[in-house]
Parts: sequence; C-alpha cells; structure tokens
Amino acid sequence: MLPYYQHIPFFSIVLLMICGILTSVVRSGRVALRIHLGAVLALLGANLVLLANVLPRQERFTYALGIVSHPYGNELVCGPLEATLAVAFLLVMAMSVLGGRDGVFEDVEPGKQNLYFVMCDLIMASLLAMIYTNDAFTAYVFIEINTIAACALVMAKDSGATLVATIRYLMMSLLGSGLFLLGLTFLYHITGHLLIIDIHDQVQQLAATGAYQIPLTVLMGMMALGLGLKSALFPNHTWLPDAHGSATTASSAILSGLVLKGYVVLLIKCIFCIFGEEVFAASHVGDVLLVMGALAMVVGSVKAIQETHIKRMIAYSTVAQIGYIYLGLGMGGAAAAVAAIYQMLVHAFTKPMLFLCAGELAEASGHRKQMYYLRGAGHRAKLAGVGFTVGGLSMIGLPLLGGFAVKFYLADAALSGSWKMWVALAALAVSSVLNALYYLPAIIQIWSKAQPGENLPQLPVKRPSLAFVVAVLVLGAGTVLLGVCCSGTGALLSLGLSLL
Amino acid sequence: MSELFSTLWTQRFMITAVLLFCIGAFSLVFNPNLIKKLIGFDLMDGAIYLMLTSAGYIRGRVAPIVTDFSAAPSVETYINPIPTGLVLTGIVVSVSVTAFALALVVRIYQKYHTVYLDVIMATMKKGVD
Repeated sequence: MLPYYQHIPFFSIVLLMICGILTSVVRSGRVALRIHLGAVLALLGANLVLLANVLPRQERFTYALGIVSHPYGNELVCGPLEATLAVAFLLVMAMSVLGGRDGVFEDVEPGKQNLYFVMCDLIMASLLAMIYTNDAFTAYVFIEINTIAACALVMAKDSGATLVATIRYLMMSLLGSGLFLLGLTFLYHITGHLLIIDIHDQVQQLAATGAYQIPLTVLMGMMALGLGLKSALFPNHTWLPDAHGSATTASSAILSGLVLKGYVVLLIKCIFCIFGEEVFAASHVGDVLLVMGALAMVVGSVKAIQETHIKRMIAYSTVAQIGYIYLGLGMGGAAAAVAAIYQMLVHAFTKPMLFLCAGELAEASGHRKQMYYLRGAGHRAKLAGVGFTVGGLSMIGLPLLGGFAVKFYLADAALSGSWKMWVALAALAVSSVLNALYYLPAIIQIWSKAQPGENLPQLPVKRPSLAFVVAVLVLGAGTVLLGVCCSGTGALLSLGLSLL
Repeated sequence: MSELFSTLWTQRFMITAVLLFCIGAFSLVFNPNLIKKLIGFDLMDGAIYLMLTSAGYIRGRVAPIVTDFSAAPSVETYINPIPTGLVLTGIVVSVSVTAFALALVVRIYQKYHTVYLDVIMATMKKGVD
C-alpha cells in the first residue's frame, strides 16, 4: 500500500485533463474559468501537501503507472525539486489566468471562451507531466501537447498579427520537438531504454567504456538544441517577441512565465537524470549553451532597448532572462544549476506580473501599447504602476527582490569556473546595465506627468478589478519573498537537485 | 572499400532516415510556402518513424502476434514491439499537430489570400507603415 501522497502527481495530471474535457462541453466562459481556477487551486493545495511530505523525508519516489513492471512500464518520479516547481507553476498559472481574466473575455470571441480555458488546462497538465515524468518518450508526447496548447493560446485573439505569429511559433516549435525526438531515437538505439533511470545507467556504462562517444555527443547536442529552440534560446528567439507581444495578456503571461520553463525543466532532467552531470560536461554541449546564454542576455536586452511597444519590450526581456537560465546550466556544477533553477522561479513570478501590469497600464491609456502613450499611466492605474515598478526593479537586480538573488547566485557560482568565469561575469554586468537602460526609462515614463505641449488625451483613473489586485499582490509577494528568503529557497533547491 | 559498402548497407535505414530528416527540416525552415513547410514536418517525423521501426526489427523474426497456442511462445521468434508502439504514438501526435497547423493555414489563407509566408510578412509590414 503506497502512502497517500505518492498518488498526488498522477492525479494532478489526470484531474487537469478531465477538467479540459469537461470544459470543452461547458458553454459559458465564466464557468470554464471557475472550473480551471478551482482545479488549479485544489492541485496547488495537494502539491503543497506533497512537498510537505517529501521535504522532511528527503525522499524521491517513483510511481509506476499500470501493471507493467519496471523496465517496460511508464513511471512518474517526484522529489522536493519537482514538488517545488509544481507548486510554483500552479500558483503562477492561477494568478496569470486570474489577472488576465478581463482581457480574455474581451479578446476572445464569445462562444469560444471556454476553449481558451481548455487550452489552459492542457498547458498546465502537460507542464506537470513534464515535471513529473520519468519516461523520455512520455516527455516528448507532452512537449507536443504543450506546443499545440501554447499555439492555441497565442492565436486566441484571432487577429492577423497573432495568426502569423502563431504559425511562425509553431514552425520553430515543430523543428525543436523534431530534433528532440531524433535525439531521443538515437538514445533509444544506443541504450535500448526509455525510462530515464535505465538510460542513465546505460549512458554511465557507455561513458566508462568509451563506446559510442560521437553519437552520444551528437544526440546531446540535438536534444539541447531542440529544447533551446522551444524555449527561445538565442539565436532562435526571433519568433518570441511576435508571439508573446501580440497575444492577449493572460496568454503572454502564461507563455513567458511557464511554457518556456517547461522545456528548461526537461533540459535539466536531460542533463542531471539522463546523461549525468559529468558526461554532459565532458561533451562540451554545456559550453555552447553558456555562450548562447551570454549572447542572449546581451542581444535580448539591446533589442528591448530599441523597442517602443511595451509588451514587445517585455518579450525581448524574456529572451535575455532565458539567457540567464542557460548561462547557469552551461556553467556546470551544482551551484550554477541551483542559480539557473532559482532564475526560473523568479522569472516565473516576475514576468507574468510585468505582463499583467503592462496590459492594465495599456488599458488605462486607451488600449495603446506604445511607450509614448503610456506617460502618466502609473497615476491612472496605481497598482499596475507599482507592480510594473517592482517587476522592473527585480529584473534590473535591486537587492531584496528576486532578480538580485539570482544574479548573486550566478556570480557566486561563476567564481569557481575557469574561462567561464569571465564570460559569465561580463555577461551579468553588461546585461544588468542594459536591463536598467530599458526598465528605468519605462518606469519613469509611466510615473511622469504629461509635459505641456504634448498631445496626450486626458484619460480617467482606471479602477482595478479584484482579480487583478489579487494576482498582482500574490505575484509581487512571490518576487519579494524569493529575494528576501533566498538562502532558504536556495537550500531547498540544492537539496532537490542533489536527489536527482 | 567492401567494408565501407557493407557498413552503408547495414546502416541503410539510418542513412535514409537522416537524409529524409534533413530534407524535411530544410523545407520546414526555408520554404516560404506554409503547406510545403508542413509537408517538410511530416517528412521529418516520417524519417524518425523509419528509424524507430528499423531499430525494433530483427532479421528473420516476425511480428509478436501469437497464433500457435500449442507451444509456449519463445522470445527468439519475435521482433522488439516497443519501437512499433512508439511509432504509433508518434503518428497520433504528428497527425494532431498537422491537423492543427492545417487549420491555422486555412485561417491565414482566409485573412491574407496567400500561403506564402514571405508575402504575408511583406503585407503585414505595409500595414504597419
């Protein structure tokens, strides 16, 4: 008889799938929203219970699905790291949907609104599956489910721009998942296993004997490249600003905050669970990731500086922030990986908040998203202004906010590296300055009064809805808490990582 | 020389699959026609299925379908069925992705009256200016 909490990962995934099916026959969008929020919040509680159970025991258990025994069956696996990620993702998902609620009902045609929440259910289910799965092929299947659902979220607005952004996103995504699947096929050819634990054993044996070194390196490169494509790693980021900048606010928040992270979680699984840290480091694929990440941090920020459309600016900032994650993963070593996961959590809380606040600010400025029209928007929508300021300052790396903790951890991890130290420290320094160069002017712009002679319409103060207030407060609290309680969270993450 | 040919011959499925994958990926990335991009995607996935099926095939053995119940089934008679199962799953995935993408292309065609991505991008640029 299994302890009750070991069933939670499986039922989390299945419950969301069932909700998706239920929601597809519900006519009203509001009911669909309630079903989605109810499920996500219930699962948030359940996963908290799971975390509270696995953390004190320092336990990482596998959960066999069905009756087929170990080497052939499908399995889920859960430890403190997985549970933490699941809790954070569920919380951010609920808040993104809650905060972008009004935008969804405005942008999506009535009669199709329930389908939007079907996609939200599917995205969350596939994210949880990617976090919990212990089977490489299952991971691939859920990558594709995630891709379709994410594309549907982008095109939900049904304007020409979003349709074209979706098709470009879809094409890049398909190439990415194709590469991942090809790498996986090679891996199956070489090792003959699909369960991550068994592949790991075989790969370690191969590394010890020195056989199949070239195919192993090639397939590592292909899987990393495929997942990098899907999480918009430079230089394959060109689809991201269109997709994230033109979609409805809730979609932008979910895509930037969560969907990209799902693939990074898989990459972390690939590095630590499938290949093993030493084999991955010996292949030098990580060095490529490090350089790409460093370039992304600089190029993404430079592009963001040139951008005058607020949502596209935030989207380019995502490119830079994804670079931080890859910088950490590429550096190698447990400390750098903890920094990368920390960045994932911080970005998951901060970026949806920035998108939600930018959406609200734009709405308070007559639905215009150009920086020029946002002058004084902070006075018209106070909470959104404060949220944007907090998020922007966190991205720059002000102490006591999440972004600072990430930069601290990354720099700390970099100090032990060789040539990587200079790349990482230089990229961190340059990117922090560049971040300040576009977030500070944006913050000043939204808080300054209109100059005499400027032809800006007088707009009324916008009262925020209760849902928006809750969402921004929770996400903001997450950003601040991750900055203040950084040692505790860091210890939790490194414990989780050591159990992988 | 004969060694090279025999390696090429034993790896023929792998080589065909990699060539097909490259053709598909090239078409997916560089062809401006959206329909041809999708055909490229299906070629790419087809190549992977070929590779998976060939991984499970063992020369001289048959599909694991037991017809003769008088003798106990022997593992030595059958091919490895797991890759075939993976191919089935993969086909389901690629069918649904293709269906979704085709629906999207239809929608784009209704809006822009063309399936050429470069033309669409040019039209969008003009709209902005």
